[in-house]
Amino acid sequence: MPDTPFFEVNEAIVCSGGEDLNACMQCGMCAAVCPWREVESEFIIRKVIRLGQLGLEGNEFEDILYGCTTCNKCVVNCPRSVDIIGVVRAMRAIGAEMGATPETLRAVIGSCDSNGNPWGEAREKRTDWMNGLDVPAYTEDTEYLLSVCCTSCYDARSRNIARSLVKLLQKAGVSFGVIGAEESCCGESLRKTGDESGFMKLAEANIGLFNGKKVNKIITTSPHCYHTYTREYPELGGEWEVIHHSQLLAQLVAEGRLEVTEGFGKKVAYHDPCYLGRHSEVFDEPRSVLEGAGAEMVEMPRERNFSLCCGGGGGRVWMETSNEKRFSVLRVREAAEAGAEVLATGCPYCITLLEDSRKTEGLEDQLQVLDLSEVLAEAVG
Amino acid sequence: MTTQEYPQFDTLVLGAGIAGLQTALDLAEQGFQVAIVERDPSIGGKMIRLSKVFPTLDCASCITTPKMAAAAHHPNITLFTYCELNGVERTGSGLKASVTQKPRYVDPDKCTGCRSCEYACPTFVPDHEQGGFTSRKAIYVPFSNAVPQKAVMDPENCWICGKDGGQCVQVCATDAINYFDKPEDFTLEARSMVLATGYELIPDYSEKAFGPASQHPNLITSLQMERLLAPHGPYMRALRPSDGKEPDSIAFIQCAGSRDLNLGVSYCSRVCCMYSIKQAMLLSGALPLADITIYYMDIRAFGKNYEQFFQNAKAMGVEFVKAKPMVIGGTEDGAVRLRYEDQEGGGGGMTREHDLVVQALAMVPAWNPEGVVDVSTATDGFIKSVKPKIAPTLTDMDGVFTAGVAAGPKDIVDTIVEAGAAAMEVSNYLNQEALVAAE
Repeated sequence: MPDTPFFEVNEAIVCSGGEDLNACMQCGMCAAVCPWREVESEFIIRKVIRLGQLGLEGNEFEDILYGCTTCNKCVVNCPRSVDIIGVVRAMRAIGAEMGATPETLRAVIGSCDSNGNPWGEAREKRTDWMNGLDVPAYTEDTEYLLSVCCTSCYDARSRNIARSLVKLLQKAGVSFGVIGAEESCCGESLRKTGDESGFMKLAEANIGLFNGKKVNKIITTSPHCYHTYTREYPELGGEWEVIHHSQLLAQLVAEGRLEVTEGFGKKVAYHDPCYLGRHSEVFDEPRSVLEGAGAEMVEMPRERNFSLCCGGGGGRVWMETSNEKRFSVLRVREAAEAGAEVLATGCPYCITLLEDSRKTEGLEDQLQVLDLSEVLAEAVG
Repeated sequence: MTTQEYPQFDTLVLGAGIAGLQTALDLAEQGFQVAIVERDPSIGGKMIRLSKVFPTLDCASCITTPKMAAAAHHPNITLFTYCELNGVERTGSGLKASVTQKPRYVDPDKCTGCRSCEYACPTFVPDHEQGGFTSRKAIYVPFSNAVPQKAVMDPENCWICGKDGGQCVQVCATDAINYFDKPEDFTLEARSMVLATGYELIPDYSEKAFGPASQHPNLITSLQMERLLAPHGPYMRALRPSDGKEPDSIAFIQCAGSRDLNLGVSYCSRVCCMYSIKQAMLLSGALPLADITIYYMDIRAFGKNYEQFFQNAKAMGVEFVKAKPMVIGGTEDGAVRLRYEDQEGGGGGMTREHDLVVQALAMVPAWNPEGVVDVSTATDGFIKSVKPKIAPTLTDMDGVFTAGVAAGPKDIVDTIVEAGAAAMEVSNYLNQEALVAAE
């Protein structure tokens, strides 16, 4: 293959939101710290950027262009502070225009467009997770809007996160409500797959809906929604006081509004989700929730900024990854080696992937995977 | 306690590293009266702590010690060691500096440097002069060629071991030890000043960049490697710290903090490529069978004979790998594990283990003038040169000059040249001032 640089591609990436493309000096730090180095992989982020700078072929393969989980590890380590995720997003946007979007992601994009959720489920079923619970509807007199991640609305395992959270909020007497079927996916992962117009459609729908309902404060159940509401919606006209459920629960525990009666006596390791930790720098609150629940904390070797991605970001949660290439497998092994009985986290994607790897690794009897709200709910009794 | 009065000096030099010493010597030779204020108990700065220097491979001690001795014995130079500068204010055309003499707990006029106290002292403390690899005593002469050769006591670790005072007191023939020594403030007046405050290495690089799991006893700094290679180093041989094993494989990580905006270091530290190559060469001599690898971003060999030096290292078999590795942690047999992208090979992920890994850490300013001397610093924290191209030793304060790494990273050659330039600027300034006063 002739390697003739084609700089129009470089310009197109820069124009599509990859402004930092040419700030990269190719040191290779990103590729060294990338979680893909821990498994066999062709995905080398430095090379992706180099090919982008020169406009050369080689990035168009599914496992390469769509390999990045947007975990932000490279960005926090980049000596030039290059917005590598922005560059990847721009490249995927160009890929999308050329029809390079992988099949599985196309289904997700289509579902977001028609159903307002990525899970291929009907919009009306968005409230099914509430069955059997008395969840109040959001009105103007309500303090918080509880914005439940699509995953926790539709996925059978994940619904329990939302249900546990509702029980805790009611117990603590928090004024909250749910809008329900009118809500749409926040669009975080959709944007990362390069579907900019799909993201804008969802964002406008949500911003219009929330502002129309006079929403001031939002509780999110996913760090991905949290990231979108705090980092991406404000410039589109959505400015609210947004709080991740771990932050609210930490407050409630500290204020004594949730009394721990049972005490959660198990050994718990906390897995920092990329979008809560590295992206949003929320490290302490989830830990104080778990400590408040009476958990015996055990440390995994990689924590906080150095946490290992579960592999579910950037659209990867919907893509197939063979078992030996899953970061979540490495993570559950780390938790088991650290002597944890529970691997707790605060992200529905992490829960989905870690649950799966717990089973494939045969750790079902040894290790539970729980959201921190589930841990606290058990401790509060 | 009486405070000694000093006559007005022509110049006050802050810092007694090679920059400060060279400036002071050049001025003293011209007949100016120079005061040198140094924070450490010995003069000599970073250079006296090095092994050999590039590209000539001269012994650092052998060429620094004569400068130290010359400064110490020069009739026109007065040394103030173990002193902290608190503030400088302008008085008419001159400067008034308030200085604190830190307590040595040893009377320097009585101490003969015989080291009997050091031998008698029962307390062992990690010796940072030897990279922390060996120990010193709680009362000690800083290092073998320290100037002045006077003992200093470290009150943090002395526990006054004997019934009638410590064992040091019992053995001191001149009654030089004084447990009740206190900090002493005094003022120095000078007509001009040179800031030659040098650098430190950036702290906690690998922990900040790669997390606590990356910490390892065999992951050392470049200045620690200088000590391992120095003729009077901690082990007298190049051994690795964790178990004293002779390392079979040694790696250098370049740009460890330099050119890293995350750490606030936007600049190249300029000397790391060359000193790592030098260390690699010295190791090739000390451990002829060891594999030596330098992980680099790009090699900056810009000075006279530097490129040839780099080519010689390649010819000697030093392996150069273009990569910026991540430090993962250690192995059971004490090696440090690195992960990097094999950019020049297949492009895949590589994990390699080295018995000893040296980080070429970024140079950061050792001193911040804020609140002490009214000169500005640039965004990188180094002292701002107002005419960086044609008069790089000028600061934005009249009569205050700068030399060496205080103004930005540079090697010893450039530092010495700049020190000479600073001395000439000071000399011109003082002569000009005298002419104006005469009119």
